[in-house]
Amino acid sequence: METEAGKINQSQAETDETISDKERWASIVGGSAMVLMGLQQRSLRGILTAIAGGGLAYHGATADKSLQDKVVDATGINKAIRVEKTVTIDKSAEELYNYWHNFENLPNFMKHVKSVQVLDMRRSHWVANAPLGQTIEWDADIINDQPNQLIAWASEEGAQVDNSGFVRFSPAPSDRGTEVKVVMEYNVPGGMVTAAIAKLFGEEPEQQIGDELRRFKQLMETGEIATTEGQSRGQ
Amino acid sequence: MMPGDIIGHEFVGEIVETGREVKTLKKGDRVVVSSMISCGQCRYCKHQEWSLCDNSNPKGALQEPLFGFSTSGIYGYSHLFGGYAGAQAEYVRIPYADYGAIKIPEGLTDEQALPISDAFPTGLMGADLCNIKRGDIVAVWGCGPVGQFTIRSAYMLGAERVIAIDRVPERLKMAREQSGADTINYEEVGAGEALKEMTGGRGPDACIDAVGLEAHGMGFMGAYDEVKQAVKLSIDRPYVIRQMILACRKGGTLSIMGVYAGFLDKMPMGAAFSKGLTLKMGQMFGQKYIPMLLDRAVKGEIDPSYVFTHQMPLDQAKQAYETFKHKKDNCIKVVLKP
Amino acid sequence: MKAVCWRGAKDVRVENVPDPKILNPRDAIVKITSTAICGSDLHLYDGFIPSMMSGDIMGHEFMGEIVELGTGVKNLSIGDRVIVPFTISCGSCYSCKTAQWSLCDNSNPNAFMAEALYGYSAAGLFGYSHIFGGYAGGQAEYARVPFADVGLYKVPEGLTDDQVLFLSDIFPTGYMAAENCNIKPGDTVAIWGCGPVGQFAIRSAFLLGAERVIAIDRFPDRLKMAKEQAGATEVINYEEVDAGEALKEMTGGRGPDSCIDAVGMEAHGTGPDYLYDKAKQAVRLETDRPTALRQVIVACGKGGTVSIPGVYGGILDKIPFGAAFNKGLTMKMGQTHVHKYLDPLMKHIQNGDIDPSFVITHRISIDDAPQAYETFKHKKDNCIKVVIKL
Ligand SMILES: NC(=O)c1ccc[n+]([C@@H]2O[C@H](COP(=O)([O-])OP(=O)(O)OC[C@H]3O[C@@H](n4cnc5c(N)ncnc54)[C@H](O)[C@@H]3O)[C@@H](O)[C@H]2O)c1
Ligand SMILES: NC(=O)c1ccc[n+]([C@@H]2O[C@H](COP(=O)([O-])OP(=O)(O)OC[C@H]3O[C@@H](n4cnc5c(N)ncnc54)[C@H](O)[C@@H]3O)[C@@H](O)[C@H]2O)c1
Ligand SMILES: [Zn+2]
Ligand SMILES: [Zn+2]
Ligand SMILES: [Zn+2]
Repeated sequence: METEAGKINQSQAETDETISDKERWASIVGGSAMVLMGLQQRSLRGILTAIAGGGLAYHGATADKSLQDKVVDATGINKAIRVEKTVTIDKSAEELYNYWHNFENLPNFMKHVKSVQVLDMRRSHWVANAPLGQTIEWDADIINDQPNQLIAWASEEGAQVDNSGFVRFSPAPSDRGTEVKVVMEYNVPGGMVTAAIAKLFGEEPEQQIGDELRRFKQLMETGEIATTEGQSRGQ
Repeated sequence: MMPGDIIGHEFVGEIVETGREVKTLKKGDRVVVSSMISCGQCRYCKHQEWSLCDNSNPKGALQEPLFGFSTSGIYGYSHLFGGYAGAQAEYVRIPYADYGAIKIPEGLTDEQALPISDAFPTGLMGADLCNIKRGDIVAVWGCGPVGQFTIRSAYMLGAERVIAIDRVPERLKMAREQSGADTINYEEVGAGEALKEMTGGRGPDACIDAVGLEAHGMGFMGAYDEVKQAVKLSIDRPYVIRQMILACRKGGTLSIMGVYAGFLDKMPMGAAFSKGLTLKMGQMFGQKYIPMLLDRAVKGEIDPSYVFTHQMPLDQAKQAYETFKHKKDNCIKVVLKP
Repeated sequence: MKAVCWRGAKDVRVENVPDPKILNPRDAIVKITSTAICGSDLHLYDGFIPSMMSGDIMGHEFMGEIVELGTGVKNLSIGDRVIVPFTISCGSCYSCKTAQWSLCDNSNPNAFMAEALYGYSAAGLFGYSHIFGGYAGGQAEYARVPFADVGLYKVPEGLTDDQVLFLSDIFPTGYMAAENCNIKPGDTVAIWGCGPVGQFAIRSAFLLGAERVIAIDRFPDRLKMAKEQAGATEVINYEEVDAGEALKEMTGGRGPDSCIDAVGMEAHGTGPDYLYDKAKQAVRLETDRPTALRQVIVACGKGGTVSIPGVYGGILDKIPFGAAFNKGLTMKMGQTHVHKYLDPLMKHIQNGDIDPSFVITHRISIDDAPQAYETFKHKKDNCIKVVIKL
C-alpha cells in the first residue's frame, strides 16, 4: 500500500493543497477506517479528481477546487448521496479486478444499470433504468486505475447524473479472500428532481449498493446469483 | 452491600502475618492478590476455573436462587459474593493465602504489579475466551482499564487487528497509542456500521464486552431482592450485549467480561441464534492468569502501569471515586496509597 | 402439483400450484417421496416468524428422486435417490468452506432483510419465510433445490425413506446440539423438550460419550419414548416436580455439565413468567417465549455449556444473564450445519447404531397435512412426528 501512495507522490506537484489530498488518498487506498468518515465535508469527486495522475490526467483535475466549490454551492454537499459498502469475496484480487474492469460485465450484477459500452481505454457510456420505463445516460471516465487494486471513475462534466466513486480491492487477513470496497457519491444537480434520482439509485442507496456487491460476490464465488424469481407458489 | 462494608478488590502489599497452615508465604513477602477468593482444592479450582470455587463463599446460599449455584467469594464485593472485607484499607485478610496471594518477582514496582491483580487478568481472559486465530479481528467495547488490557491481550494472543469502542477521547487515545488499536467513537458513528465497513463487510470475528452493567445505584443485593419478588423489572442495561450480538460476524464469539448480575430485557436472541454465535463469559480466573502476566512483566514484555493516570492518598478515596466515576480530569485509573 | 401452502396463522391448505422449474445452472428438481412436519414449522404455523407471505409453500425436511438437473450439476444424475438438507449452502464461500454450512454467505436472495434484523445474513432455508430467502418448501410433490451439486446427498442402497429422511434436519440437529456440549467422559447432559429434536439429542449425547442423559417434558408419551426408545437415563415431568431442583438433586448438587434447549421460542411454562411472556407475545412486545431457556440457564452447573438448537427468532426478555455470567457459562446455538453431519450420521445408520424412524408416530397423505398440523401442534393422539408419504 505504501508503494502505491509513493507512486502518487511522485506524479503530483507538491502544493499544500495536494499534499492534504494525497494524504487522504493514501488513507483511502491503504486505510482500514471508513472512507466517508475521513472525508467529512469534502466532496469525494474533488479528492478523486485532485489526485488523478499517473498518465490518467483528467480534465477536472486542475479545476477540482472550483468544481468542488460549485457542487457545494449549487447543492450543498449534504444533498449528495454518499454510500460506502464493503464485501469480502473468496477470490483473488486479480480475478475480481479483471471482471469488474470490463465494465460491460457490470449489468450482470447491477440491477439498475441497463448497459455499459466501453468507448476506449478511459471512457465508457452508461445507460441506467429510470422510473416509468425511462432511461438515463451519461459518459464516465476512469480517473485512476491501479491494476488489481483500484478503479476510480467520474462522470464527465454535464452528465445528467453527476457521479463519482471508486472500487478498491485489498487482501483480507489470513485466508479470508479479498475485501471489495465501493465508495460512491451522486450529486443531485440543481433543478433535477431529487425523487427521480432516489428512485434511480433506490430509496435506500446503501441497500442497493449492498445488494449489488452481494450479487457480485455470489456470481464470483458460486457462478450464479441466488434467486427465487419464478419459483412455484400458491396463487 | 451494607453500610460499613469495606470495598476494594485490586491490591498489592506485604504479608505481615500468616495462619499456621500457610506454607508458601512468609512475613515480608510482597504479593499481588487475585480479586477472586478461591480454595484451591475443589473441582473448579483444580480445573483453573477459580472464580467458580465451591468453597470460598460463606454466603453462597444467597446466590442460589439467583444463579442456581454459588460461585467464589470476591473481596469487598457485597454479601452476595461472601461479604469479605475489601482492600481499600491499610490491611486486609487473605483467605486461602497459599492460592490467592502470589509473590511479586524482584524488580517490579507496585504500579506495575497492581493491575495484574484484577484488570489485566480480566482482559487476558476476555481475549483468551475468544479463541483467537490467525487473521482474526477483535472488537472491544469499553476502553476503561479492563478494556485497555483486553486490547493488549488480544494482540498478545495473535489478533490481526483490534478495534476499540468508547466515547471518551483520552481513553480512545490510550487504546491507539499504548496498544495500537483502531478506534471508534460511538457517539460519532454507529459502532455496528463502522465495524462492518472496517472488517471488509464480514464483521469482527470476536467481540468483547469490557463495559458491563455500569455501577448505577443498583447493586447486587437489588438483584437478589428482585428475584425474591418474582420476575418483575430488569436492572441491567444491556446496550453493549445487544450491539455486540448484532455487530459480530456469523459464527463469531462474544466474550463478556463486563459484569452482569440480574436479568436482561430486549435481548436479540434471534440474531444470536441465526448467526450461530458462541457466548462466553464470567468472573475472571485470576490465579490462572496472574503468574503468566507477572512473568511477562518481569521480562519487560509488558508494563501495566501505563493505565494509571492518578495517584492519591487513601484518605482522599472519596474524591478519587468521584473523579473516576465521572471520568473527570482525563481519569482512567487511580492508585490509592495508604 | 400439490403443495402445502401457508395462508396465514393457523391456516395451511393443500393447493394446486405450478410445478417448479430450473432457475439457475446449479439447480435440480426433486420428485418428493417423503416429507415431514417439523417443530420449526409450528413456529410458522402459529405466526411467530415474520415475513411469511400468503401462498408460500411450507416444508424443509424432505427427500426424493432427481427428475431434472441444471446444466451446472455434474456429480448427480436423473433418477438418483437423494436427501435434501434444509439449509441451502453454496459450498464455495468462507462459511461453507469452514463447514459452517448454515451460515452460507451466498444462498439468501433476501439477505438485506436478515441484515436489517440480525446484522448479517445466514443461509437461505427451504420453506422458512422471506427473511431466510423465501424459498418454496418441500411439503409438495416436487421442489427446486438450488446448489444441488453440494446440497443433495445420495442415499446408499438398502435403506428405506423412513430410516434416512431425518438426515435432512432433526437427526443432525440433535447431533449438533449434543456436539456443542463438548461432552467429556462422565458428563451428565440435561435436555429440555422431548419432541423429535430432543429425542435425537438424547441419542446423540450417548453417541458422543455422555454418561447420563436426563430428559425433561410434560407429555407422558414423549417422556416414555425418551426413556424407552432414545434411552434417556432418567426423565423429569416438569409439571410434577421443579426441573431445576430435581436436576440438582439428581446430580449430587453439581448440576448438569451441559443443558440443551430443544424447545425454542414457544415454550410452555408453569410460573408467572410464562403468563407474562404469553401476554407480551400476544401483543408482539416480546417476540419469543423463552421459558425453557431461562430454566436451562439457571439449572446449568457452573462452568457448563448451554446448547440451543431450539429456534429463537426475535427479542427475549428477562434472560437471567447474571446467572450465566457468574457461573461462567458457554452458550452455543444456531441452525444446523446439516451438510457436515451427513457422512458420519449415515455411517451410524448403516452400522445399525441408530434407526431414526423410531420417532415416527404418523404417516399420512399430503391431503391430510392441514389436519396433521393441528394434531402435531396439540400433541393429540400421542403425535410426535408426522411424515407425509407421496
Ligand atoms: N469479569 C471480571 O472478572 C471482571 C473483573 C474486573 C472488572 N470487570 C468489569 O469490567 C467492566 C469494565 O471495568 P473498568 O474498570 O474498565 O470500568 P470503566 O468504567 O473504567 O470502563 C468502562 C468503559 O466503558 C465505556 N462505555 C460505556 N458504555 C459504553 C458503550 N455503550 N459502548 C462502548 N463503551 C462504553 C465507558 O466510557 C468506560 O470507558 C466493569 O463491568 C467491571 O465490573 C470484570
Ligand atoms: N437448530 C436447528 O437447526 C433446528 C432444526 C429443527 C428444529 N429446531 C427447533 O427445535 C425445537 C424443537 O423442535 P421439535 O420438532 O422437537 O418440536 P416439538 O414442538 O415437537 O417439541 C418441543 C417439545 O418441548 C416441550 N416443551 C415445551 N415447553 C417446555 C418446557 N418449558 N420445558 C421442557 N419441555 C418443554 C414440548 O412439550 C414438546 O414436547 C423447535 O424450536 C424447532 O424449531 C431447530
Ligand atoms: Zn475452590
Ligand atoms: Zn425441521
Ligand atoms: Zn456458502
